[in-house]
Amino acid sequence: MDYTLLLIQVLNGLQLGVLLFLVASGLTLIFGILDFVNLAHGSIYMLGAFICASLTYALDSYLFAVILSLPVIAIIGYAFEIFLARPLYARDHLDHVLGTFGAILVIDTIAHLIWGPAGIAIPLPNYLDGQITISENIEIPTFRLLIIVVGLTAAFGLLWLVNFTKLGMLIRAGASNRTMVAALGIDIRTLFAIVFAIGATLAGIAGMLIAPITEASLGMGNNIIITAFVVIIVGGIGSVKGAFVAALLIGLIDTLGRSFLDDLFKLFMSTGAAENSAPAISSMSIYLMMALILSFKPKGLFPPRLG
Amino acid sequence: MQFIRSFKFLILVSLLVLPIIFNQIGMSFYLDLATRLCILAIAAVGLNLILGYGGMISFGHAAYLGLGAYAVGIPAHHWLYGGLDFLATNNGFIHITIAIVISGLFAFLTGLICLKTKGVYFIMITMAFSQMAYYLFVSIEEYGSDDGLVINTRSQIPLINLDDPIQMFLVSFSSLIFFMWLVQLITKSNFGLILSGIKDNEARMVSLGYNVYLHKLIAFVFSGIICGFAGVLLGNFTTFISPEMIDWSRSGELMFMVILGGVATVMGPLFGAIVFVILEEVLSSITIYWHLPFGLLLIAVVLFFRGGLSSLLSK
Amino acid sequence: MADILEIKNLNKQFGGVIATKDLNLSILEGELHAIIGPNGAGKTTLISQIFGQIFPDSGQIFFQDTNVTKVSEYKKSRLGINRTFQITSVMKSLTVSENIQLATDTTRENSFNFFKASNNQYTFFKKIDFCLRQVGLIEAINQPVASLSHGDCRKLEIAMALASDAQLLLLDEPMAGLGPTETKEMIALLKRLKGQQTILLIEHDMDAVFALADQISVLVSGEIIATGKPNTIRRDSEVQSAYLGGI
Repeated sequence: MDYTLLLIQVLNGLQLGVLLFLVASGLTLIFGILDFVNLAHGSIYMLGAFICASLTYALDSYLFAVILSLPVIAIIGYAFEIFLARPLYARDHLDHVLGTFGAILVIDTIAHLIWGPAGIAIPLPNYLDGQITISENIEIPTFRLLIIVVGLTAAFGLLWLVNFTKLGMLIRAGASNRTMVAALGIDIRTLFAIVFAIGATLAGIAGMLIAPITEASLGMGNNIIITAFVVIIVGGIGSVKGAFVAALLIGLIDTLGRSFLDDLFKLFMSTGAAENSAPAISSMSIYLMMALILSFKPKGLFPPRLG
Repeated sequence: MQFIRSFKFLILVSLLVLPIIFNQIGMSFYLDLATRLCILAIAAVGLNLILGYGGMISFGHAAYLGLGAYAVGIPAHHWLYGGLDFLATNNGFIHITIAIVISGLFAFLTGLICLKTKGVYFIMITMAFSQMAYYLFVSIEEYGSDDGLVINTRSQIPLINLDDPIQMFLVSFSSLIFFMWLVQLITKSNFGLILSGIKDNEARMVSLGYNVYLHKLIAFVFSGIICGFAGVLLGNFTTFISPEMIDWSRSGELMFMVILGGVATVMGPLFGAIVFVILEEVLSSITIYWHLPFGLLLIAVVLFFRGGLSSLLSK
Repeated sequence: MADILEIKNLNKQFGGVIATKDLNLSILEGELHAIIGPNGAGKTTLISQIFGQIFPDSGQIFFQDTNVTKVSEYKKSRLGINRTFQITSVMKSLTVSENIQLATDTTRENSFNFFKASNNQYTFFKKIDFCLRQVGLIEAINQPVASLSHGDCRKLEIAMALASDAQLLLLDEPMAGLGPTETKEMIALLKRLKGQQTILLIEHDMDAVFALADQISVLVSGEIIATGKPNTIRRDSEVQSAYLGGI
């Protein structure tokens, strides 16, 4: 086996994993705390990419664009909560699903109107565009490494926020006992809107990070959202820790499956058969893994103890 | 009551007669529209069986439409271009059989897992499995990957020529009537009563001694098969079969039809499909950005208008 | 008469909390056996273990001399045990007769009958009619359950338990939430059933229990501290100090 390729693919898998975590953690947070299913979360990820792209061209700096995009996305998330999510909290999940499905159509079409049908590439500044040489024949793109670092930082930041801060304490308390928190004199509505904004920002960051690699495009949100669902189902809906483990697992399985499954299959079947079946199987691998995990643990790997 | 019954009858008769009249005076476009409407309505009828009567919110039913369509496309593809001789055929009965077996099997296998879960898990898992079917077809180059499969032939059924648009329409229309009748029959049976009991109070049904999981699984498989059959018609109608049919927004549209029309009603899915197809036609003729008003409408329906069209009628 | 239910050395813990402690209990066929005890004594937990919604940590449960300790609830109900719930649990969107119909064995046996109309089967009429007359709900036969009063819902639950032809009914506080008149009606109803059915009754209403029961067991902190006829229990000093507060 080619170990250089393996290392690079492991890094790619990690990169996909942390991006998935950024999207999935917001979903799981919003579901775990607000009991709200947000299909439009992927559209916010897409908006993150597009807004960052526009700002990059306007400011001529990717870095400043990212910094400026963060509050914009947070505000969008906040507004989304007030106008669409809040009236639906008392409804059942079916209404959440339909309402946010409508929101996807609206957001995607608005994005289409503003940015046009073609994708927008984001140029990276030179200091991010290079390669880091690890050994003689191993070079890793700086930016991919940065994505992993930023993703991990965000992950630990979120775990810290939820577990060790006053806001996190309120969030956890609000999830398990809404009336109690409200009785403490805390404005639970604002608290919920803040959670929504945090979730949106995390998804937005993921969009901003991936855009320089893949470009900002219309379908990107709808492609990632289902994988993010798989992540939170496998991790246990509502569990940030579960989302983290599942995101890395799924990122690695998906990436490694696509690059090495045919080699693996060639060990026990003909080359032709392996090359035909490997793409089909690897395209299904994460779903098959989800099915396997759910048949043993119907509530995912780390079902949250909160009710 | 009398008025409502005759209104429903009027809708069915117009759906049968008007498209043919339009076609005869040279506006064949409306015939095609009606055919598509009937096919979508069949899928909505299938979804309604579990969503409306059984309370299982599946966000993955477009997968069965796709499976049914590929059950026509793949044998026809091999019949046209060779390869996989055991599969190559343009015999309609074989297409239908394959569609029923495959969509039933897919529903059974995914249902085994989905139905262990409830609520949001169920919604997301059905969605994930349909996405799995989507990526599966995207990954198979032989069948056109993303670009899909064009078949220059339709299923051959004795005495019926699906190449004739009027016959295609009549087959779709009568299939729709058949499935509306069948689902009505099922929901009025013992099994149907148990299904509505499960929708209402699952825990109680378990303590009354019902194998709830098995009943739900059977309904789920039934529902999948009905949508699979709709897929056979869709594949024959478009003669172009692509993974896009399985895209999750297609599943969302099916849900929209069922809910807008009114869940757990016989005519609901048909009303929903009529409104959806008309909306899509009208809005998309005004603007290519028709998803924007459609999305806003969907939000408005959810926020302000619950119970669907059928509830308006029964008031 | 033979024991219909026999419980031997039953134990159940939740975390560190002991819900059932070395519990032994036998119920004779045909008797109405009441279990009383303070809140949190583990009464509902006991019923749930008998019915198979939760399984004990150790010990055995015999129903008609068969070991049913680890038999799950839906099979229990097929064996002939049925229960009602402390919090009313019926199918609210269906009608009264549909609820009864769902509770009958015949529906269960025909549950995979996909095409035969359910509301048109003669066997059900007799059963539904009989059960509703027993509980005095016959006028409401075609009403949707959502329109029933709380008291009528409680009666419906009993009617459903009857419809199941269970040999053993587990009634979990059938008087809960009822007004004085409704309570009287319920007592009268249970009196009528007594003798026809073996009943294990959990109830807080002491007047009701002493009026109805053939046998009473007193459950305190998961343990049965006394079992006997109503008069014996009334006089038992340990019971009085633990629970009855000196009647």
